[in-house]
Amino acid sequence: MSDSLKTPFYDKHISSGGKLVDFAGWTLPIHYGSLVEEHEAVRRDAGMFDVSHMTLMDVTGEQSIQQLSLLCTNDIAKLTDNTALYGCLCNERGGVVDDLIIYRINDTHFRVISNAGTRDKVLAWFASHHVESLNAVPAGELAMLAVQGPNAVALVQGVSERVFGEAFDISSLPNFGCVLTRSGFVGRTGYTGEDGVELVVPKDKASMAWDALVDAGVRPCGLGARDTLRLEAAMSLYGNDLDDEHSPVECGVGWTVDLRDENRAFIGRKVLEDQKQNGSKFVRIGVELIDRGVLRAGQTVSIGEKSVGVITSGTYSPTLQRTIALARIEREMAPAINDQNSRLSVDIRNKPVAAVRVGLPFLRNT
Amino acid sequence: METPGDLKFAESHEWARLNDDGTVSVGISHHAQEQLGDLVFVEVPEVDATVKAEDAIAVVESVKAASDIYAPVAGTVVAINEALADSPELINDSPFEDGWIFTLQPDNKDDLDSMMAAADYDSMVENE
Repeated sequence: MSDSLKTPFYDKHISSGGKLVDFAGWTLPIHYGSLVEEHEAVRRDAGMFDVSHMTLMDVTGEQSIQQLSLLCTNDIAKLTDNTALYGCLCNERGGVVDDLIIYRINDTHFRVISNAGTRDKVLAWFASHHVESLNAVPAGELAMLAVQGPNAVALVQGVSERVFGEAFDISSLPNFGCVLTRSGFVGRTGYTGEDGVELVVPKDKASMAWDALVDAGVRPCGLGARDTLRLEAAMSLYGNDLDDEHSPVECGVGWTVDLRDENRAFIGRKVLEDQKQNGSKFVRIGVELIDRGVLRAGQTVSIGEKSVGVITSGTYSPTLQRTIALARIEREMAPAINDQNSRLSVDIRNKPVAAVRVGLPFLRNT
Repeated sequence: METPGDLKFAESHEWARLNDDGTVSVGISHHAQEQLGDLVFVEVPEVDATVKAEDAIAVVESVKAASDIYAPVAGTVVAINEALADSPELINDSPFEDGWIFTLQPDNKDDLDSMMAAADYDSMVENE
């Protein structure tokens, strides 16, 4: 881990007893003792995740709207000031270059948050597609926390003066609302299926913000719980559920492909429009194991002897206490899977284990 | 948690206990369960299965990952811990007692001599 990047919260992870791992080139905690307890804290109360490894960039200037609307599957023309949307960057084949959240600060300033593992690719993608005024926070300089859970907003509000050095009205932010001031940034967004916020503080205030939130009762949570929480909410993980070879339509996020503005010729539109109208090769389904075991990415999904797809993300769900997974299957096999009599199985260590298709998300809390 | 002195250890973190009846019970160490985190599934071998030393014959899965459990010595599986099917967390809560995974009738109980003593295992873990 010696070459691994450290976030401004690194010392806090150590002092909080975090078990550190390498994740996409960053040293981050997988848990601070118990993944399951951290998961439950977020579902019942409030937990926080160091998400400073993510890529944060600001796109500014008169051309921002036009430039971004040609790159993002979702239509940022819908955004008013201080609101955000989730969308994908696609290549000409419709494959997903990355998924991201775009926040509109005003009509000449958009804030983009994308994944850590795709940082170089996305920065190069923007640069090669004429996004001119692009300013990414250097790796290691960003101090960003996701505070999530039913009590998260109230707890953050309660310590906002300590965290930001000024009173910050967080409680009145709508879902996918955001606010940027000189002292920080807050978006009512997240990756857990719970209410909550993602907040950016100045790097030199990182320790103070962490301590204020811990004092308020927010529990530090690691990457492990982040993964189980997002999967229960059926949120996609880039690299697992989304990749350059498959389109948003094939991966269950076809809703991010906004075709209403006929003149918006964003990259990949032709392929995606065709898939939406005529069907895509693959579709995403939810799978739950009937027999005992744990589903993992890469396992083969079959009907009888016939292989029909692959698990893209799987885990034991601490909330549901069952094994859940997202799978990418051939669309033409979907009717057979919906047939109640057809037996779905997943190959786990060369043994077929009985499974069933279930609706998504696995858990709906908000 | 103190490592029981009567146990022998493998480098892959299994422990083995020679029972009074000559059978050998096997589980994973406190250190191993701590590294794995909350366990949610245990796949045990079949009773009567014949195994060689270092065969992967069981699997423990935490929320995040699966990990193979190796037979520390050659022999025949004579018992499995059926309580683990409903309560895999027994391995987290009581790794050296209630969290045992399977019991072997060893082909040769002297094979246990090649395993590490508790004190040696503790120092191996400390130097990891």
